[in-house]
Amino acid sequence: MSKTVLLIGTRKGCFVLESDGDRRDWGLRGPYCEEWPVYHAVFEPSAGAIYAAAASEWHGSAVWRSGDLGETWTHSSEGLAHADASKKLSKVSTLAASSGRVLVGVEAPGIFASRDEGATWSELSTLAGQPGSEVWDDPANQPPGHLGLSALMLDGDSSSKFWAIVQGIGLFETADEGTSWTPRNRGLRAEWPREHEDVGFCVHKVVRSASDPTRMYQQNHCGMHRSDDNGETWTEITEGLPSDFGFAAAAHPHDRDTFYVVPLDPGHGRFMPDGAAAVWRTSDGGSSWQRLGRGLPQERAYLGVLREAMAIDSHDVPGLYFGTSTGQVFASADEGESWSEIASYLPAISSVEVAILD
Amino acid sequence: MADLHLPGTLTPLFAELPRRLEVDAATVGAAVDELEARWPGLRDRLCEPGPLIRSHIHFYVDQQRATLDTPIPPHSRVDVIAAISGG
Repeated sequence: MSKTVLLIGTRKGCFVLESDGDRRDWGLRGPYCEEWPVYHAVFEPSAGAIYAAAASEWHGSAVWRSGDLGETWTHSSEGLAHADASKKLSKVSTLAASSGRVLVGVEAPGIFASRDEGATWSELSTLAGQPGSEVWDDPANQPPGHLGLSALMLDGDSSSKFWAIVQGIGLFETADEGTSWTPRNRGLRAEWPREHEDVGFCVHKVVRSASDPTRMYQQNHCGMHRSDDNGETWTEITEGLPSDFGFAAAAHPHDRDTFYVVPLDPGHGRFMPDGAAAVWRTSDGGSSWQRLGRGLPQERAYLGVLREAMAIDSHDVPGLYFGTSTGQVFASADEGESWSEIASYLPAISSVEVAILD
Repeated sequence: MADLHLPGTLTPLFAELPRRLEVDAATVGAAVDELEARWPGLRDRLCEPGPLIRSHIHFYVDQQRATLDTPIPPHSRVDVIAAISGG
């Protein structure tokens, strides 16, 4: 029988939740990674390994690896330093892993790659030469909590093509493994002055339809957006949502028109509106939205969900999962129609990823 | 030989790394080199590229705040402290 495994990155280590295909009963293991703050934990399917991007205030940044679903771990930061010594690598923010290659995005913005199971790393790109990149590393542009290169999205098993988000700057695409980049922000909205036409957008999260790779969805600081041309142009689809702000997003694995978001208040709170928890779903590519709150707390629930903290599995009836800044994990085994709390009292959750293992 | 004391946050990261050990090093930097030779990767946990001592790691030689260049006299005590920070 297959297992459904959730990798939970938290401010105090990595946790693993396991269930069977029914996804009703869950067992929790952890904390792992010596309780280092884990910004993102992912599963690399070819080797069956977990990787966790972690940054300790005392001992610096490292990528942790477990080849046995969390029972034992190693870590390394060998080579995790910018070639330009004036750039400080303050944290490892995000991971993407496929076909034996692991990419990690870092602050100051950059991407490192490992092809030896995380034992050693080499700098792949800092996106140097992109408009305005000469000031990305200014300390004034790196406040505490800044993630730098905040997300990576792979193109299946292709090693040459992938996308990267630079926090507060925008989405970029490479087709030659980071040698050159193209900004992919056309059609996005920004509510602040921008010095360059192609960048200066606050892209929070981009997801891609597994059933139609040309279809992408984006949660931006300023609205929800859809692309029908592989990210080359974007159309806003915010109307019908309670807020244009949020971080997390998930694309249905079998239906290109179905997509999930977690709208948040855009002020300092950045929790779900009115203290009532809900995930919102569109089933028509963003023309309309449905509020999904059954089983979620509806009173005095001030839950935040960060950009990597929602995931969807690839079962025939997909399961949805999200983790909160107050340490709960909620799951739905019926595409978001109903929810249950499958873990409580964890540290603040940074990331949730899901894998189905035979 | 100097009597070196390591923080409890460090020892779980490396196999059989003790909290307390003897090192034969002329300076703090040489002591870090010795630790790196015995436990590869340990330098990165105490130092940033440069190398520079990480901002939340403090070294003391006989109770005096030290840098990587600080000499280690024979029979001295070296303390490596994870600074009081975080929450």
